[in-house]
Amino acid sequence: MTSIEHHLEEHSGRSNGLDSTGMDEKHTPWNHIIGFSISLVLTVLALWMVLHHIIHAAVLFGAIMALAILQAFVQLYFFMHITEHHVPQWPFHVWMLTLGVTFTILFVVASIWIMSFGAESY
Amino acid sequence: MAMADFLVKAPSAGRGPIEYTHEDDALRIFGFWVFIATDMVLFASLFATYAVLYRHVGHGPGPLQIFDVTGFATETFILLTSSFTCGLSTYSMHRGQKGWMMAWMVVTILLGISFISFELSEFITDVAQGATLQTSAFLSAFFTLVGTHGAHVSLGIVWMTLILIQLAIRDLTPTTARKAFVVSLYWHFLDIVWIFIFTIVYLLGEMS
Repeated sequence: MTSIEHHLEEHSGRSNGLDSTGMDEKHTPWNHIIGFSISLVLTVLALWMVLHHIIHAAVLFGAIMALAILQAFVQLYFFMHITEHHVPQWPFHVWMLTLGVTFTILFVVASIWIMSFGAESY
Repeated sequence: MAMADFLVKAPSAGRGPIEYTHEDDALRIFGFWVFIATDMVLFASLFATYAVLYRHVGHGPGPLQIFDVTGFATETFILLTSSFTCGLSTYSMHRGQKGWMMAWMVVTILLGISFISFELSEFITDVAQGATLQTSAFLSAFFTLVGTHGAHVSLGIVWMTLILIQLAIRDLTPTTARKAFVVSLYWHFLDIVWIFIFTIVYLLGEMS
């Protein structure tokens, strides 16, 4: 048995309960289908809410931002497997991402805040 | 020192998915997460610029005049689908099905190319209507933000094609698996960035 076969067996055996070959043809990637469906629903919902102006603009913007953040988590969880911890580095990549998100929020919010002073003059 | 020791400590040999077989590969995947965090900061600065300048349309057209709902909705659904097919490629890889893995990568690349084609035709239409990079602060910020994302996707298409060739030549090994996994992380990350472009640039534009 090569190391890859050994590897596949251990992994698939652990996660899916497949047979020793790890090649169950009937297995369906439900997790991916669920993730994709949620993304589609969230996108259509955001688009529909905006095109029909269902609520006051400020509330509407808050709502579509919430949908976008939710969808980012869907990608991270269903497709980027962020919660899987096979690595000794776990969970440092989550901290890195948290740092990135913190900078992002800080950049955007602080820029808007600073540039709002005297905005009427330019 | 203690932290560095922790980062490179002995891996869980033989456990977990194929791309985590060797500690070296696990470390490289971690390194790519660090890259994603820094790339996020690049997009943060462009989003901040756009957020500050998007009302400054000058004498040029505003968001409502140049954004086409059908166009940006199509781009969004194409990219969402490509993220899904990219996920299916990783799924096939974990099951050792190299054929399916490569087939889903080809579908992902084709969807990526069609996304870029739609974006280019959108940009060309804008410029034809007199909405260029130099027209207004809004358009400078718009083309820089959306264009930087488009450049990332274009790079992703080339990168994924190269990994596809490596898979064909070198077969599915822990090393090629790690490379395929890293390019898939990159692709999903670009989808997340696009979700925010869709929301903050296009949907907000439709609300103005």
